[in-house]
Amino acid sequence: MTSSILRVENVRKEYGSKVAVDDVSFSMPPDAILGLLGPNGAGKTSLIRMITTITRPDQGKIYFEGEPLSAYHPSQIGYLPEERGLYKKMYVGEQLLYLARLKGMDKATATKEAKQWLDKFGLGDQWPKKVEELSKGMQQQVQFIATVIHNPRLLILDEPFSGLDPVNTGRMRREIANLREAGTGIIFSTHRMEQVEEICQYIVLINQGRNILEGRVTDIREEFRAHRFRLVYQGQLSSSIRADYQVVEEDVHEVVFQLQPGQDGNVLLRALIDSRLSVRAFEEQLPTLNDIFIKQVTQIA
Amino acid sequence: MKNLWLVIKREYITRVRRRAFILATLLTPLGLGVFFLVVTLIFSYENDEVQRIAVVDEGNLFEGSLADGSGIYFELSDKSLDELREATQNDETDYSGILVVPAFDKPEMRNFSVNYYTDAKMAIDLQSVLEGRIEQALRRYKLEAYELNEQLISSLDTDVRIGARPITPSATGEEKNTSFASEIGAAIGTAMGFIMYITVFIYGMMVMRSVMEEKTNRIVEVVVSSVKPFTLMLGKIIGVGAVGLTQVVAWAITIPLTILLLVAVFGVGLDPESAQAMAEQSGAGIDQAEAQSMVEEMMASLSSINWWLIVPAFIIYFLGGYFMYAALFAAVGSAMGDDLGEGQALTIPITIPVALAFYIMIVALRAPNSSLAVWSSLFPLFSPIVMPARLPFDPPVWQVGLSILLLILAAIGLVWMSGRIYRIGILNYGKKGSLKLMVKWFFQSN
Repeated sequence: MTSSILRVENVRKEYGSKVAVDDVSFSMPPDAILGLLGPNGAGKTSLIRMITTITRPDQGKIYFEGEPLSAYHPSQIGYLPEERGLYKKMYVGEQLLYLARLKGMDKATATKEAKQWLDKFGLGDQWPKKVEELSKGMQQQVQFIATVIHNPRLLILDEPFSGLDPVNTGRMRREIANLREAGTGIIFSTHRMEQVEEICQYIVLINQGRNILEGRVTDIREEFRAHRFRLVYQGQLSSSIRADYQVVEEDVHEVVFQLQPGQDGNVLLRALIDSRLSVRAFEEQLPTLNDIFIKQVTQIA
Repeated sequence: MKNLWLVIKREYITRVRRRAFILATLLTPLGLGVFFLVVTLIFSYENDEVQRIAVVDEGNLFEGSLADGSGIYFELSDKSLDELREATQNDETDYSGILVVPAFDKPEMRNFSVNYYTDAKMAIDLQSVLEGRIEQALRRYKLEAYELNEQLISSLDTDVRIGARPITPSATGEEKNTSFASEIGAAIGTAMGFIMYITVFIYGMMVMRSVMEEKTNRIVEVVVSSVKPFTLMLGKIIGVGAVGLTQVVAWAITIPLTILLLVAVFGVGLDPESAQAMAEQSGAGIDQAEAQSMVEEMMASLSSINWWLIVPAFIIYFLGGYFMYAALFAAVGSAMGDDLGEGQALTIPITIPVALAFYIMIVALRAPNSSLAVWSSLFPLFSPIVMPARLPFDPPVWQVGLSILLLILAAIGLVWMSGRIYRIGILNYGKKGSLKLMVKWFFQSN
């Protein structure tokens, strides 16, 4: 059995009297990008710092490919922190080499990889420029290259798209997808839910230091389905249907039904068709992650 | 270990190639040289104004001849003061002043008043020339009046010099004259203490700025995901230390070279004529043989100083002091926020011991074995500055040994302590640093 790239077991971290991470456990599925979600101050950064070996958990264990985290593992991890920057006075190429070699690469390989990556991002001629001479978007891309240059097994991206324009966001998303294809484990930490739905297949939701929800995005949405159906129609909605089914929202030619236990969407649809009303659209309204997120977070608080 | 080396290299290279560093390293000696040159030129500047002075010699003191000075021309006049004043007022003559030397009678007089009439202010140079001329003439007159012999009088004064020699003879049986030892020791001690003081400040601050720069740039979180914070801090301290060493060595070579070059090109300061003139003016009148013996004594004193102890000890104190203070500066830098001004107060607890040590050093030079000097040369925060100043005065070996041991222990302890503060501080963006917070960070687990 191949072990998961990353397994976190009952991890706890305190800063003085404040509990930053409280008994968090999860395991990275092999074939998914893991979304690490939570409001600001939930403990995401504290958790990531433990995974990147910057800090150590007070209790609990973290396993990297089945082994307890050790001093060797940082070279297998690429980390793009939310608070990130570069040495402004260093040259682009020199900087990439420095960061790559700190990850244990030799000079020749690092040089080759750095050149390839810069070319891929269309920054091939920026090698001898100082970082402070680059535009902000270019700096962000150099930063991303520095994170992935050593071909890590696990990539941790903390709010990777903040401050990026749509073109660069698209380019970076393509690269993330490519790395995923190549088998790199990816943790994507954010509080922007629409990005999570687009990118991640699996989520861990953290609030006040605890993980309150974990699982496949599709499963979670299924689990949180509210049995609501949206209908767009032409004609008249019959009073018998209104009597049988609860309408929770209504607009011109548009209603949302709230089904009760024992009621079924298919039965409703048949009744609608039988009532000789023209159905333009009929769909189940699955909750967005955003709805679930807000519901879960406010519930606890 | 490999990462430590990478960090050191980066710190060193990115600093040494900066334009500001290259300019400071190259221009400081040039600046000092130019300063030296200008100062020498200013002092060698002589009066270029031409003054003609009429002298009314009522008692025939000068016996009809009075030597001119530089830019000063005397004219013995047989006219009276009133006639001369009137002529000068009517622009019939171009005298800038009239010196009236009254008649005198008794050779035993001790005070003699002379009037000098001028509408301009009397310059100090001119006043001393006039007084010198009159005093010389009076002396000649008095010698003749008393029938005294000039040579006899000058043999009344004897030049006494105390030669300090050791009670316990040295192993070689040689008896060295050590009369210059304390002066030379003080000079060497001051130089070493001063170098320590300056380097601790300049390069300690440089370490602090480097830490802050990484923190405000937000590069530090990327770096510490590959390197242990302690390794990063240590690499920084060593790297910046190497930069400091480069600069100090560069200055040690270029500053004397620049001065020599300037002396060779402009010939200022060292030409024998002006040196002789200076000696004459000061009235020292050192003859050749005397100067020779002074140089010999100086060399003897220099060689009597225990260099075998001073040089290695100085290096140890230099390294220990630098590591200790640089680590403290690193800890403070890590606690500072993005704003340099706001955290400046945190450096005060570091700068106070450095400044205190500097003042104690000055006192220790005068009384190298006072209890203040002894105790503060054992206390690690002071010893790197105070002990080097005491070294030329042969402090007891056990004191040097104990002081070095304490310094090494303190340096290791403070580097370790700073490392614990640093590792938390660099990742703390929000809270404003304070001493209380730093203590808390120190005890916080990893």
